Amino acid sequence: MKFGTQIFALGLFTFAALVAAGFGVDEPFRQHMWVLFFVLLGFVGILIRNTNFEVAAPIDPSAYMDGPIRYGAIATIFWGVVGMLVGVVIALQLAYPDLNIQPWFNFGRLRPLHTSGVVFAFGGNALLCTSLYVVQRTCRARLFGGDLGWFVFWGYQLFIVMAATGYLLGITESREYAEPEWYVDIWLTIVWVAYLILFLGTILKRKEPHIYVANWFYLSFIVTIAMLHVINNLSMPASFLGSKSYSAFSGVQDALTQWWYGHNAVGFFLTAGFLGMMYYFVPKQANRPVYSYRLSIVHFWAIIFLYIWAGPHHLHYTALPDWAQTLGMVFSIMLWMPSWGGMINGLMTLSGAWDKLRTDPIIRMMVMAIAFYGMSTFEGPMMSIKTVNSLSHYTDWTIGHVHSGALGWVGMISFGAIYFMVPKLWNRERLYSLRLVTWHFWLATLGIVVYAAVMWVSGIMQGLMWREYDEQGFLVYSFAETVAAMHPYYVMRAIGGAMYLSGTLIMAWNIGMTILGHQRQEEPMPGSVPALQPAE
Amino acid sequence: MDYNLMREFADSWGLAAMALFFVGAIAFALRPGSRKLADEAARIPLEDE
Repeated sequence: MKFGTQIFALGLFTFAALVAAGFGVDEPFRQHMWVLFFVLLGFVGILIRNTNFEVAAPIDPSAYMDGPIRYGAIATIFWGVVGMLVGVVIALQLAYPDLNIQPWFNFGRLRPLHTSGVVFAFGGNALLCTSLYVVQRTCRARLFGGDLGWFVFWGYQLFIVMAATGYLLGITESREYAEPEWYVDIWLTIVWVAYLILFLGTILKRKEPHIYVANWFYLSFIVTIAMLHVINNLSMPASFLGSKSYSAFSGVQDALTQWWYGHNAVGFFLTAGFLGMMYYFVPKQANRPVYSYRLSIVHFWAIIFLYIWAGPHHLHYTALPDWAQTLGMVFSIMLWMPSWGGMINGLMTLSGAWDKLRTDPIIRMMVMAIAFYGMSTFEGPMMSIKTVNSLSHYTDWTIGHVHSGALGWVGMISFGAIYFMVPKLWNRERLYSLRLVTWHFWLATLGIVVYAAVMWVSGIMQGLMWREYDEQGFLVYSFAETVAAMHPYYVMRAIGGAMYLSGTLIMAWNIGMTILGHQRQEEPMPGSVPALQPAE
Repeated sequence: MDYNLMREFADSWGLAAMALFFVGAIAFALRPGSRKLADEAARIPLEDE
């Protein structure tokens, strides 16, 4: 029977959710368990409707398993649109506070929905599907573990739904980028271990003797996130039927654990994982090998050994011991070397094929991603220098920096990978439209430039206003005056975000039409077809 | 095992081991004769499909 075990196991979980909804000790937990109950019930219903009792066709063990990757590509775009839409909403809430709708849709609850939505739902699905795509094709082996790939995909979506609904219900651990409460954390741990087994198992059964460098980056991302997630979320629930838990750490140890996690989520989720993407998809799209394979190995080890120590730069001028702050700063500055080495390696892959920048909008997208990787990994270490940090910390400059990395590097390289993968996954000759990719490219690029430039101005203004003293030693501005001064920049930031979102919507349309098998009739990109010479 | 003991281990033997591993890994990547192997490895993504 198809889905027999799955229906039985999920039915049990559905019943457990119902029991928890009945016996939960606090109201948000009971509401959250009702959400879980209905989500699981719907899933069981879908499985029951799709079951049959025929003998399953044997699986060809030499064919790649692309089902979860196709779903992952669609999920990437879906969550990208959701996460970026919430981003535009909260940008508008900052500019126009009347848009805060109490209690579920106020800024405090929507903000983690936005950050988790874009980082873990959009970025996470992009990493999940591209890593499974890359590992099979560079190891020349089918995914390990039968249906494990499906478990990882659906398990991760359940984590996203539970995290997102929890935020809206007001359930939070208040740890930045790790807001989900203990029971959602435990579920993610299970899914993540399954992901590690899936990925490592595929590497172990590879037919290609060498493990290609992209897989090293992906593997380091999976292993490190497992370690960070488990240690940062060590906590004791107040009740096993309640939504509240207490961290195992307290005071400055807790703060440092949080930022050790937080910064390495940037280093290993948003950097190492997406570098894996860069080292596979840029050579594929350019159809040339990476500029220097040995430099990519050096890049890998330098990132591994340096990034993990950089977290304390989030805690400058706090109760954290001075030596730890300096350590964080020094390691952040040393990160300049591997970052720029990696950027040069990515860009130089195109050497001898720079004309593709004119003819291929997907390459253009990838090159812009690498340029933003270089830009934001230059800016980050600079901001970690204590004297710079004393101006930049707690201001909008930080927000601008994060977004030039997230929109510019993470977003653009993911879009490039999706545009490359989708026609191959659905056996389409080409994308629905390359012209629409160009539209997406310009909307996204201009959106980031508006966003980042506005946040620089706003952030530096804010920082300078906070530290402005008059000749008698009094602060010149009250906090509310600095907020009022930032209003025009908040409006412009929302416009930049909306431009980026509209680019993503164009991609959703383009990819949707590609999957449905349509091809737009359009002029080819200038220069992509050699101009015919008149006969003499 | 208290904090001071762990701290002392971390900034002596721990630091030395990690630094040596790092230098060793870089030296191994750049060892003479690795260029040909690296060039072959770089072609892995281009040789499928």
